[in-house]
Amino acid sequence: MSRESAGMAACPACVAVSGSSPPAPKLDLADGPMRRVELSIPTVHCAACISAVERSIGLRPDVFGVRVNLTRKRVSITAADLPDIEDAMIEALEALGYPARPLDSAVLAKSSSEKAGRDLLARLGVAGFAMMNVMLLSISVWAGADGYTRDMMHWISAAIALPAVAFSGYPFYKSAWGALRRGRLNMDVPISLALVLASGISVYETSQGGEHAYFDAALSLTFFLLIGRYLDFRTRATARSAASELAALEVQKARRITDDGEETVPLDALREGDILAVAPGERLAADGVVVWGDSELDPSMLTGETLPQAVGAGAMVRAGMLNISGPIKIRAEGLGEETLLKQITRLVETAETSRNKYTSLAEKAAKIYAPLVHLLALVAFLGWGFATGDWRFAVNVAAAVLIITCPCALGLAVPAVLAAASGRLFAQGVLLKDGVSLERLAEIDTVVFDKTGTLTTGHPVLMNADGLSGPDRKLAAALARHSAHPLSKAIARAFPGDLELEDVKEHPGFGTSATLDGIEIRLGRADWCGAEAGDQTAVWLKAGDAAPVAFYFQDQLRESAAEAVAALKAAGLEVKLLSGDVPAAAEAMARAAGISDWTAQASPAEKVDALSALAKAGHKVLMVGDGLNDAAALAAAHVSMSPASAVDASRSSADMIIINNDLMQVAKSHKIAVASRRRILENFTVAAVYNMISVPLALAGIATPLHAALAMSTSSIVVSLNSMRIGRMK
Amino acid sequence: MNILAILIPVSLVLGGIGLYAFFWSIKNSQYDDPKGNAERILSDRYDDSPEGD
Repeated sequence: MSRESAGMAACPACVAVSGSSPPAPKLDLADGPMRRVELSIPTVHCAACISAVERSIGLRPDVFGVRVNLTRKRVSITAADLPDIEDAMIEALEALGYPARPLDSAVLAKSSSEKAGRDLLARLGVAGFAMMNVMLLSISVWAGADGYTRDMMHWISAAIALPAVAFSGYPFYKSAWGALRRGRLNMDVPISLALVLASGISVYETSQGGEHAYFDAALSLTFFLLIGRYLDFRTRATARSAASELAALEVQKARRITDDGEETVPLDALREGDILAVAPGERLAADGVVVWGDSELDPSMLTGETLPQAVGAGAMVRAGMLNISGPIKIRAEGLGEETLLKQITRLVETAETSRNKYTSLAEKAAKIYAPLVHLLALVAFLGWGFATGDWRFAVNVAAAVLIITCPCALGLAVPAVLAAASGRLFAQGVLLKDGVSLERLAEIDTVVFDKTGTLTTGHPVLMNADGLSGPDRKLAAALARHSAHPLSKAIARAFPGDLELEDVKEHPGFGTSATLDGIEIRLGRADWCGAEAGDQTAVWLKAGDAAPVAFYFQDQLRESAAEAVAALKAAGLEVKLLSGDVPAAAEAMARAAGISDWTAQASPAEKVDALSALAKAGHKVLMVGDGLNDAAALAAAHVSMSPASAVDASRSSADMIIINNDLMQVAKSHKIAVASRRRILENFTVAAVYNMISVPLALAGIATPLHAALAMSTSSIVVSLNSMRIGRMK
Repeated sequence: MNILAILIPVSLVLGGIGLYAFFWSIKNSQYDDPKGNAERILSDRYDDSPEGD
């Protein structure tokens, strides 16, 4: 649903529901135990949606409270603690037109992240309040108040600033202490030192009736740095919640047949020898052998091959394949280490551990910055102390150096850019799991695409329509309309047909048959129609004794694929195709998309090897893939993306998810990533220039608290404004 | 300068009230669903608590 349609009466469905009937009498459930059900409802987007959901669900007798959270696209329902309440709620929401998915409340423990956010916000509020009050008092000091008045102003400032610095600066002290205990320096060590030293020296100066007090500087330092912390936290929290929601999306279950009938069990509970039922449209949960039924299986998510495999009793099947045509039963075998799924999981794990540790720009900056600041302050202290013998003045200079060099702009430089960029990406349809992946994305020089499901839609399209005779088209279309098979649907879409057939029968795993004027017509598998199966995806039509006619299908490029490849090439990136499919199919798609460098029939392990070879050759690779066979390659790449249509394993190992499945997002995200990196570096430059001007002043002992306040605010504001330009990028 | 003896406490009290209000709003989940709040104001339904339970 588009953003433009957001508004009061945006969706007709919402309006239709929101004026609904008077409340039904609540049953006597209120005395029973209650439970909280958290569901993800990705399509809510307007005020009418909120009231539609809250009213209709709230009217149910087994519900005591409903609250939609539009920001997180979630609904929290307090309901009677009935065994199937969650499914009932999902059904009710879907009836309203909002597809809902359960969220594992253990994974999404609301408490931890939200509590941390509130905590930071409170500290930020206190720092802001104290800063503004102390600034007001300081202004009168800068304006020339002296003697008794100045001392009074300073004392009042101290009374506000000391508790505020202690409370608001807590996150910095904690992190600095943690680093020091492990014998390291991080950005928070000089910050904490500056805060403590500035407060201490200011109290001493005030007690001596001194001229300069740095209470306002200490507070504005805390305030600006907390803004950076809070932005950073918000970006992370959104990313984390996106990641955990993705993990919770597909709860893998299997239907096991026991003596008492059918039961739904989680994958871990499967044992070797269990009989599993797999309906058309479902994925196989385990490797095994077909014991009953005939069908065709689509292995594309597993191997990248687009040609469906016909299977009957006795055939070996792999977990992750999609059952297309008929219901089958399989006996689970080899649930141990040797299943393909486990092998892929192992590959993913190895790839993840061997992925090089990336040092983010912020970490690099901190590494240079932290020792330098300490050194400067120490030099200033010792230099002035020995040169003049005035140790009180020397401490003052050291405090001024620490405060002025303190990384307000540096602390904002990265989080502000990342917050703006990830917000921009999200609005565009790309979920970022981690801010660092944006920096990684900016560094790439090669893009590797998977074929099936990534460059292509994964939905077959009829290829040889022109070569078919009119009557054949009509017959096929008439038959195809009676079947839910994806290939039949493709035929029915390609040709209109109003032919009336008699005696239409579905033969699961084989095809559809019917009679017309006493002649039997079949549409289905090659061997069933008396033809020889080729190496292309095909359906055959046999009318009576006539020779069977083939309908060939091919996967289709995504609309934006060629455009995206061209855009990536224009950005100076090398584009490659790495497919598990047969060479003919891979080459055709590579050519259509404009990719000259393609590899076919790559197994999951070979994909990983290909990526490591590229990495060894010094390339930084972005992998875009969606299948189970890509999962390990995604984890091995420098940075990776998956369309939202990808399988679970791929989505969880990819760094970014393209929610709207539009491949142009790959090029657009890369552009944003490059721009973000440039902004971050610009911000660092601003911070460095500002330090170069003010540090000599501080070292020379002529910096006043007014200088500090001005320089600090100006650089922070410049950096924030520069970061926000990302959001306005074309 | 005697006016300061009144003005400073007054400004501190006013600021303190603001700070208290801010804390109150954090505690009452006022910042948990900013988008939802922006839309809810358009609804004619009386909405008294952001928690909803």
